[in-house]
Amino acid sequence: MAGQQRVYRQRIRSTQSLKKIFRAMELIAASRIGKARERVSAAGPYSRAITRAVSAVATHAGVDHPLTTERPDATRAAVLVIGADRGMAGAYTASVLREAERLVGRLAEDGKRSELYVVGRRAVSYFTFRGRDMVRTWTGESDAPSADLVGEIARTLLDAFLTPEEDGGVGELHIVYTQFVNMVTQTPQILRMLPLEVVEAEVSETHEALPLYDYEPSPELVLDALLPRYVQSRIRSCLLQAAASELAARQRAMHTATDNAEDLIRTYTRLANQARQGEITQEITEIVSGADALAAS
Amino acid sequence: MANLEVELVAADRTVWSGDATQVSAPAADGDVGILAGHAPLLAVLRPGTVRVRGLDGSVLEARVDAGFLSVDSNQVTVVVDSAEVLGGATR
Repeated sequence: MAGQQRVYRQRIRSTQSLKKIFRAMELIAASRIGKARERVSAAGPYSRAITRAVSAVATHAGVDHPLTTERPDATRAAVLVIGADRGMAGAYTASVLREAERLVGRLAEDGKRSELYVVGRRAVSYFTFRGRDMVRTWTGESDAPSADLVGEIARTLLDAFLTPEEDGGVGELHIVYTQFVNMVTQTPQILRMLPLEVVEAEVSETHEALPLYDYEPSPELVLDALLPRYVQSRIRSCLLQAAASELAARQRAMHTATDNAEDLIRTYTRLANQARQGEITQEITEIVSGADALAAS
Repeated sequence: MANLEVELVAADRTVWSGDATQVSAPAADGDVGILAGHAPLLAVLRPGTVRVRGLDGSVLEARVDAGFLSVDSNQVTVVVDSAEVLGGATR
């Protein structure tokens, strides 16, 4: 009987310490998410300026650039999967991976082989466990991607895209990431990054007409300088949104975990009290019946 | 006389924005100077120093990495990978 009580007390203690951990994780995520969102919005002016410039060149100079040329006969496609470094974020990485698997399946139907580029330790371990080959992985910065990391990822992917197919290059680039809609909604997204669709840039353009620019030194060279930057800025925005989404998902998951821990503690306390009461009752019964037996003899 | 509306934007933040009378920047094949009323221009920049002369005559200098510059109806946008303000006009 006393054992029962001890077991409950132990469970309460362990749940309490778990609750402390969940609470701490929640607070950490909450404090980081502000910064992550700031970074998302701070990158806004740059990507707006670059989008505007790209569409200006595209509308007036026409676009004929390796980065925008469709390659329908491509047999390989790069897939950049952006997941989390750590778990404790609910279904965050799982839903990104589900989207990624769907994309890989779709590409396979089109006769394209997917080459995986993976960000985030959880996503890497998912593919490693299943024995899938990954071309390149980046880990350690999923919740605060640095400029160096973004540059490296963008360079790697652009290199892969610009390498001819025969030499192991890829014909398409897809990004699977989590779009940060707001604090409660984050949706996994598939984005076809390369070849660039310039129509997309024109649609996002503001209503005013674009001026006829002079190009210094020439439209082609300007485009050469612009497009890789444009791609990089898009990749950066994906990474930053994924980071903000990860933190938001973690905060929510940890909040739920804290609530559940509290529920458990309450249940266990009740059970422990019941066990204690039962023990006392039994002891009294034993004493009384013992006294009765003595008096009777 | 109209002024220039200048925005100096790095990849991760807006470095400086405000009104100015003159901007000079290191374009790919020679520095360009921009005054109000400049024709629309889209220029590639090489690493160097961007100078922005403010309304009060003070000069802001910023060391920039490669990037580009766009001018369009007195709006100058300098877009660079990274920028570091060396000193001058503060805002």
